[in-house]
Amino acid sequence: MEAGMNDSPLVIDVTGINKHFGDKHVVKDLALQVRRGEIFGFLGPNGSGKTTSIRMLCGLLTPDSGQGTCLGLDVLRESAAIKRQVGYMTQKFSLWDDLTIGENLDFVARMFGMERRREAVDRALEELGLAGRRSQLAGTLSGGWKQRLALASCLLHRPRLLLLDEPTAGVDPKARRDFWEEIHRLSAAGITVLVSTHYMDEAERCHRLAYIAYGTLLASGTAEQVVAAQGLHTREISGASLHGLGEALRGLPGVDLVASFGNVLHVSGRDEARLQASLEAFLQGKPLEMAVVPASLEDAFIHLMQGSPDPFQG
Amino acid sequence: MKQRLQNFSQAFSFTFSFSRWFGILLKEFIQLKRDRLTFGMIVGIPIIQLLLFGFAINSDPKHLPTAIVMADPGPFARSYVAAMQNSDYFKIVGGVDEKEANALLDRSQVQFVVTFTPGFHRDLVRGKAPTLLVEADATDPMAAGGAISVLNRLGLEVFAPDLPGLEKTATPPLDLRVHRRYNPEGLTSYNVVPGLLGVILTMTMVLMTGLAMTRERERGTFENLLATPATPVEVMTGKIVPYILIGLIQVTLILLAARFIFDVPMHGNLLLLYAVVLLFICANLTLGITFSSIARNQLQAMQMTFFFFLPSMLLSGFMFPFRGMPEWAQVVGNVLPLTHFLVLVRGILLKGNGIDMVWSSVWPILAFIAVVLGIGLRTFRRTLD
Ligand SMILES: Nc1ncnc2c1ncn2[C@@H]1O[C@H](COP(=O)(O)OP(=O)(O)OP(=O)(O)O)[C@@H](O)[C@H]1O
Ligand SMILES: [Mg+2]
Repeated sequence: MEAGMNDSPLVIDVTGINKHFGDKHVVKDLALQVRRGEIFGFLGPNGSGKTTSIRMLCGLLTPDSGQGTCLGLDVLRESAAIKRQVGYMTQKFSLWDDLTIGENLDFVARMFGMERRREAVDRALEELGLAGRRSQLAGTLSGGWKQRLALASCLLHRPRLLLLDEPTAGVDPKARRDFWEEIHRLSAAGITVLVSTHYMDEAERCHRLAYIAYGTLLASGTAEQVVAAQGLHTREISGASLHGLGEALRGLPGVDLVASFGNVLHVSGRDEARLQASLEAFLQGKPLEMAVVPASLEDAFIHLMQGSPDPFQG
Repeated sequence: MKQRLQNFSQAFSFTFSFSRWFGILLKEFIQLKRDRLTFGMIVGIPIIQLLLFGFAINSDPKHLPTAIVMADPGPFARSYVAAMQNSDYFKIVGGVDEKEANALLDRSQVQFVVTFTPGFHRDLVRGKAPTLLVEADATDPMAAGGAISVLNRLGLEVFAPDLPGLEKTATPPLDLRVHRRYNPEGLTSYNVVPGLLGVILTMTMVLMTGLAMTRERERGTFENLLATPATPVEVMTGKIVPYILIGLIQVTLILLAARFIFDVPMHGNLLLLYAVVLLFICANLTLGITFSSIARNQLQAMQMTFFFFLPSMLLSGFMFPFRGMPEWAQVVGNVLPLTHFLVLVRGILLKGNGIDMVWSSVWPILAFIAVVLGIGLRTFRRTLD
């Protein structure tokens, strides 16, 4: 990734974070290090504890145990000071439906005690392209526009750290690209961004990633590192009729994972020799082609989600 | 424990930002303005209640069933009974003995029992004001009031033509003894206004603030609010103030209607009255906002409100005379702000009590506020846990 990033100071540095809801252990010994100016992707299946972890970072939930700092401030004891410098965008739209767009931004600006509040709100509306609709009720915006308004509101007070929980869910491709360009601009300006997402293309745009499943951090690093750590070898199968092929391939020795990508099928396994042998035998005489491709990030994530220990190696 | 202490000290921290507080206030006002239903409730509840109760205030019921116990039949007594009948206020259901009369009262079959005592005729002729015993079912004091005043007037009208000396004496011709059964305090129609003030304020103030915070939590906006640097004190007081204004508007509506539509007398100092009202509003709002931070959702907040509202209605002296309640009920009643508020407003409005006479009822309300506020600030959740 970008040169020099490894020397940047740590903006998030926490270890051993645990959280229970009742007797459900939702976050287990989480450790995260995010450097200044980094865009850090946070991935994992539904219910894996991403939102819970983000909430603990900005003091909305109290961890049961653990320690660390956020922006150099203690996450357990100095949450009030952390809040002032963090922009948190909730997963669910949480601005006030019965306030107008302008009133929502104005309220947030007041809460953060901003000077030159009016100017800041006007500028935000201008940038958002909502200047003409400032007196529309926020509740009447479409889903995607709500997301964009929420982002604008959490950027309003010029935070040093952005915690974005699935900010682009339901946003159209053009707006999504604009959004990521904005994120990269902010990152270049030294703002740190922790963003959770389910989109692979977004994961690939992050400087570094963490993958969490059922409360446990399973992998972290750059996209390449995460893929490499899975030790997957992948073959791409293409041909006229792929229908029902996935099911047939799934049980073969050496095949850990089958994922379809539109008109092709990715078949991956950790033991390259057995994978190759199985596939060659299977494809004999069928009108299908096989090519060697590098494992993709998605292959890696699906593999992680299936549970990493290889069933043949115990 | 350490965490507890920390929460506590954070809750009471002196970081109070006026501009943040004002921001919250402004937001509440805007939201209130847009919430037509709530707004309608604020104006509608006092008006509807007033009309309902006001009808009762105004009523001067006639033809009330009355039983006569005639211990001394004579011409005077007979003409008196005839005059009662003619007055339209009474419907004589017949002559009975004492035991029967009591049974009729118990079963609410008559409103009054009028007893002509032995020696009625003799005493009257001698100018010795004989006793006329009136037992009134005073559960509905409004009903009893008008009719009893008629009984007094009738005395002169009936007996004057036959006893010419009567008009010159200053003493009334009859010794009218009224026993108000079932309602010894004889709550009169005017007592409805203080009661109404208290009940309406309790209901709307506790309920509306009770919903204020749970609404944020249910809609998910609480998460956004928590992510800002706003402190519990700022949020709580910022949310309370708009409702203080609403409470004052409600009180003014009720007082204006009481004065100009229903002619309720107002003896006391209005400024003092408003000061007392303000105190009472604060007590209810503090409770509401505390319910709001304890309850998980709006339904729970509503249930808590009614759980509080019911004893307030029943044990404060609004429904039943306070002194007539069993001891334990009086103890519970004394904790409720409404009990003391009723005493205060009755004292100020009807008796013209001054500032020197209110303290004994003010401090229990102050104590209530202090305790509830303490609980509220402690239970205010500054996290989503
Ligand atoms: N307030 C709560 N009370 C009880 N359980 C909770 C609470 N919040 C979250 N959980 C549970 O904690 C687990 C993790 O939830 P979390 O919202 O952190 O997942 P997530 O990774 O953000 O999922 P998604 O991708 O669907 O947003 C889930 O099993 C959820 O049911
Ligand atoms: Mg989530």
